[in-house]
Amino acid sequence: MQLIKNATVYDVVIIGSGAGGGMAGYVLANAGIKVLMLEAGPFFDPAKDSQQLKWSYQSPRRGGNATRPMGDFDAAFGGWQIDGEPYTQKDGSDFQWFRSRMLGGRTNHWARISLRMGPRDFKCRAAYGVGDDWPISYEEISPYYDKVDRLIGVYGSMEGLPNDPDGIFLPPPPPRLGEHFVRKAITAQGIKVIAGRGSVLTAPLPGNTDRQPCFYCGQCNRSCKIYGDFSSSSCLVIPAIKTGNLTVTSNANVREILTGDDGLASGVSYINKNDGQEYQVRAKTVILAASTCESARILLNSKSTRHPNGLANSSNAVGKYLHDSTQGGAGVAVLPQLFDRPRFNEDGVGSLHLYSPWWLDGKKLPFSRGYHLEIFGGMWMPGYGGYFGFEGAVVPYLNGFIPGRDGKMKQGGGFGASLKDDYRRFYGSIAGLGCHGASTAREDNYCEIDPNVVDKYGIPVLRFRYKWSSDDIAQAKHMQETAQAVVKAMGGIPLVQPQGPETNYGLDKPGKGIHEVGTVRMGDDPKKAPLNKWGQANDCKNLFVTDGSVFTQQSEKNPTWTILALSMRTAEYLIDQRLKHNI
Amino acid sequence: MNRRETLKTLGAISAGAVLGGCTSHPDTPAAASPAGPIIDPTGRQDFEVARDKAMAGQQYFDAHEKATITVLADIIIPKDDHSGSASDAGVPDFIEFIVKDEPQHQLPMRGGLRWLDMECLDRYEKDFVSCTPQQQGAVVSDIAYPAQAKAGMQAGVTFFNKMRDLTAIGFFTSKIGIADLGYKGNTPGKWEGVPPDILKKYGLQD
Repeated sequence: MQLIKNATVYDVVIIGSGAGGGMAGYVLANAGIKVLMLEAGPFFDPAKDSQQLKWSYQSPRRGGNATRPMGDFDAAFGGWQIDGEPYTQKDGSDFQWFRSRMLGGRTNHWARISLRMGPRDFKCRAAYGVGDDWPISYEEISPYYDKVDRLIGVYGSMEGLPNDPDGIFLPPPPPRLGEHFVRKAITAQGIKVIAGRGSVLTAPLPGNTDRQPCFYCGQCNRSCKIYGDFSSSSCLVIPAIKTGNLTVTSNANVREILTGDDGLASGVSYINKNDGQEYQVRAKTVILAASTCESARILLNSKSTRHPNGLANSSNAVGKYLHDSTQGGAGVAVLPQLFDRPRFNEDGVGSLHLYSPWWLDGKKLPFSRGYHLEIFGGMWMPGYGGYFGFEGAVVPYLNGFIPGRDGKMKQGGGFGASLKDDYRRFYGSIAGLGCHGASTAREDNYCEIDPNVVDKYGIPVLRFRYKWSSDDIAQAKHMQETAQAVVKAMGGIPLVQPQGPETNYGLDKPGKGIHEVGTVRMGDDPKKAPLNKWGQANDCKNLFVTDGSVFTQQSEKNPTWTILALSMRTAEYLIDQRLKHNI
Repeated sequence: MNRRETLKTLGAISAGAVLGGCTSHPDTPAAASPAGPIIDPTGRQDFEVARDKAMAGQQYFDAHEKATITVLADIIIPKDDHSGSASDAGVPDFIEFIVKDEPQHQLPMRGGLRWLDMECLDRYEKDFVSCTPQQQGAVVSDIAYPAQAKAGMQAGVTFFNKMRDLTAIGFFTSKIGIADLGYKGNTPGKWEGVPPDILKKYGLQD
């Protein structure tokens, strides 16, 4: 084994190429700054590597999920477990950690739901009486949301809602047939349904000739060959490479951030997965964007005499305040009124067509924070596994409860021509809604270094401690009541039965939302928070963090758009500080 | 729980029970089957390509098991006015692949096939594939309707649930099956919403 030291001193080394790293790299490279980006996985260009437009029968497992948890065509390289790179649990926790090791990270397969946080979301303590306030306000981040909208593109509708700010929108896609029924049923509950907000080009993006408008295959989770949706790989990193100022080293698994005797960051040490050797690169500034939990892991593993508690951790807050979205409700149903429905291409976009923003904000409820409803329904490509499963799975379990075309009941199950016809009859009849809410950051939900376990590279791994609070569980109970009421209102046959307190009313395991944030939070007080309001480490002024770990407090809005806006803001601040010779 | 997981959970209803007995069975190679799908390495991880290649060189079911699967699959999804049968759509080869890809199916399938042969031997002194279509239909009818099945038939019901699920997945994800269902997508186009006449038919116009 060799230790190879690169003599080049880069202006900036960025760890990670997802939304946070990609945006920082894009802004800096376009400002003429020399950037090296380290990515733990392989290079990935959706134009070449996407599985888009493949048919189920072009996969030997027909889209099944033996090697990719979200299906054989899903873009994510990685999943809930990665061979040789374990994580452990503490106190009976069962936190689920989804990692994508590839250029662009999890932005290659995400659902492109692109929501701004609202004014009250940035002032959680003041507005809701729980958690902490961010050190910034909506007014401070709003211009960056605007710039992200223009740079990347997002569709939506202008609504003027107080805590769900409008953006600069492309036209929204109309709903699918099943989604019309769900909207009608939700509206009947007195809940407003509006167009989804997604980073998919429903129209040409002004000033951008590298990306083509969406052609409506509904397969955003496979990543897009024509760059019609937002992935950090296609929309940020690859364009940044074209400036000549950004270099990517892929398959570079970071071990730690190096610091000098002055306590400042001096470079990064990593394992090159291609040759198995240890490398060190030098940098004037380090930007950490390895994903919420991985960034905390790198900081906690970057110990030195000046930083004995891990880098940027004099506050002792690194790894703490880990919080993921709540997920529950499971309002999935078969709609008998859609049996034998007309066939047409309703693939639509691979993001949200309709959703309901939190509709009870400020009302007195037995829980603190809200949730939103994501609506689905449609005639997706029949496949095995994957996000777009095949409702055929339920046919032989439901066909005994539903009269046939002749109005007669028959025995459930069966075989032969009659069963074959049932599959045909049910196709395209599933619709429903998912509930996704905000959880409050808590000091006692955290990840830390497991002192006993290292991964195959010898790097100490993370150990999770995460318990849902009574507040989260009360919210999940409300989600379930909402979902059940909607399913009943649309005359659907519920495919998931309501759950009781023993299973937290159907509340999913922490981590399953893949919206985990908060482990390297921003704050006003350096004694309590690792980062200042610019994402700059209080203990190490040439270290910045730009991924979801910087969140002081999440909201029920999906985090990516806020990660992008904050990363852009941090990168512009860094450029300004360099000009002033402060860094 | 997201939609995919909901469906997986529902699919697992039939996969709950594992059959006892029938654990020793020689892995005799079956008759040569057509080559599997061509494995395209584009956008695949190295370990995925290596895994698919390794599985392509293995055979799990012997010739008798494969023949039994073929007869059963065509009983479950026969040719009709719309489309061909399960075996026309390559379902037996799909089942051969998927039990290697998802090994949790192996024992329930092998044991279930043997259970079926033993049931036929008891009733007709012949294995399943040697029975007449009427005899095959009689045995299948006793395990194809879970709510009506007699208590002693439960192992057969559990097996048939899995066999039916795998057959349906294999058929309706094939070229023939997708055309049968009438799926119209996976082709570049412009999404302008549900056609107005269809919205009107369902009383959904704004």
